[in-house]
Amino acid sequence: MDIAQFLVQVLNGVQYGFLLFLVASGLTLIFGIMGIINLAHGAFYMFGAYVAFWLTGVTGSLAAGILLGLPFIIAIGFLIERFAISFLYSRDHLYQVLLTYGLILIFNEMQKILWGTDFYSVPVPEVLSGSIPLTENQAYPVYRLFISLVCLGIAASLYLVIGRTRLGMMIRAGASNREMTQALGVDITKVFSVVFSLGAALAAFSGMIGAPVSAVYPGMGDHILIISFVVVVIGGIGSIKGAFIGAMLIGLADTFGKVLLPELASMTIYALMALVLLWRPQGLFGRPAT
Amino acid sequence: MTGPWPLRLTLLAAVGGLAVFPWVGDPFYVELVIHLMILGIFAMSLDLLMGYTGLVSFGHAAFFGISGYLLALMTPESGGLSIWLALPVCLAGTAVAALVVGWFSVRTSGIYFIMITLAFAQMAFFFFVEHQDFGGTDGLFVADKPFVGFGGWQLLDLRDEHSFYFFTLGLLVVTYLLLAMILRAPFGQVIRGIRANEARTRALGYPTQRYKLISFVIAGTFAGLAGFLEAAHTEYVSPSHLGWHESGLVLMYVILGGMGTLYGPVLGAFVMGLLHDQFQDLTEHFNLVMGFFVIAVVLFLPDGVAGLVARLGRARGGGPADPPR
Repeated sequence: MDIAQFLVQVLNGVQYGFLLFLVASGLTLIFGIMGIINLAHGAFYMFGAYVAFWLTGVTGSLAAGILLGLPFIIAIGFLIERFAISFLYSRDHLYQVLLTYGLILIFNEMQKILWGTDFYSVPVPEVLSGSIPLTENQAYPVYRLFISLVCLGIAASLYLVIGRTRLGMMIRAGASNREMTQALGVDITKVFSVVFSLGAALAAFSGMIGAPVSAVYPGMGDHILIISFVVVVIGGIGSIKGAFIGAMLIGLADTFGKVLLPELASMTIYALMALVLLWRPQGLFGRPAT
Repeated sequence: MTGPWPLRLTLLAAVGGLAVFPWVGDPFYVELVIHLMILGIFAMSLDLLMGYTGLVSFGHAAFFGISGYLLALMTPESGGLSIWLALPVCLAGTAVAALVVGWFSVRTSGIYFIMITLAFAQMAFFFFVEHQDFGGTDGLFVADKPFVGFGGWQLLDLRDEHSFYFFTLGLLVVTYLLLAMILRAPFGQVIRGIRANEARTRALGYPTQRYKLISFVIAGTFAGLAGFLEAAHTEYVSPSHLGWHESGLVLMYVILGGMGTLYGPVLGAFVMGLLHDQFQDLTEHFNLVMGFFVIAVVLFLPDGVAGLVARLGRARGGGPADPPR
């Protein structure tokens, strides 16, 4: 592996890590603040990708597809929180796992009814379809770089919103002590609605912007869900910083695993997770269990 | 059998009903009930972990699948292997796998335990998917059913559907009795203690990690028994046997049936399995119906089917009390 190849792999790993971060940050926020294990989170990613495929076909532009599709998915997320998840706040995690498992069954079947079982692809937008030459025979596609930059922007704004705004303060307070936050007069149910819809939006956006580099196919939500859980568990549940570090670790481990150990590629990330949990059972940035 | 006498009678009647079923039931349903009984064994094994030890494993299907793969790999093309060799090897192999996974996993708890068991199951899943020696995504065929007998003398012909039925029913009852015995023994009291309050159980001087590990290995081994039966019955094993959908399904049987009752999860497996079969005939989108069904159960039947039965029993002024929680 020469230096240019190595650089390409690093960039690919980072770009994959960024997409994972968008999905995993929603998952970790929903768990950390609402105490909900949301197995249906991957479904938002999948629906994002399918909606992007559909609306890009209709409007001819991915950007338009994203702008039109996002509010739609946010609305679905809001309704699900209101009419299903909100009954489970005081129940055991087990029932949350079960209910959201039921949601997965429904979503996957809806996807089959609406779009069938074919694989689709979304074209890369014209302006971003070029590539940057690295050496004589190595180039890096502009669109992948664009994904990384957009995701970096979102990660930064997420960091600012959570660290610097009043809403962020409520979210952090809700994560550390729900009852006390409520006692101080914060309407925690509204915060929950916002967090859940935000999580759905982040996952859907990740699916939309990632659609041109990965195919759009049935079961893509399940795949990303499991990997996002690995990210969240490595980083420590509820920690955004942890989700970021975890996503980068998994993105790079997966990319380099495929290059260096192709026969064990899919196992590398799970092995990494087992190692991290052995070393720190609560994840890299998680609070120790009480 | 354990428990109050109305429950014992009901369970005996259920076993009696299952015992006469092959003579009255349609061959298709005999086949289906074999499958449901196997899932019942599988679900009971998970109940030992979830309902009694308080460990929610999201990777229990790994042991189900590993056992099936062991059988498929061991069985020669030339004909059935003696069950006295096949079954112990499958169970021992699964127990070793459970020991390794458990050794890592019992150090964590709660959501982390859920995730680490899932991670190990995914590792096993991808291991079998990516190795062509193990059939890759296509899976493996089991060349022939195991041979039950001594020397050349055959005790039971598993190729015969009725014989396989009674073989499975026998093992279902044996599994129930063995697990009930384990739970009545001091060991069972300790793991219940761990579920109720681990710190206090540890303070009483019990090495709780070791107890959790032993419980994990026992549960894994019984899942291996179910996997052995499934592979022998269908003569086929594939990576989907150890996928996370399978782990999710068995979790659902346990919760749906009612955790911490042993017979509840078997009931859950039967209810879900039959519904699955019925919806499959009605509509190709049966997963949609199953999804709504699961959500309805979570929202309206918090203690599962066994809890509903107990509640109805209480409403009539009798029946078993709520299990302690």
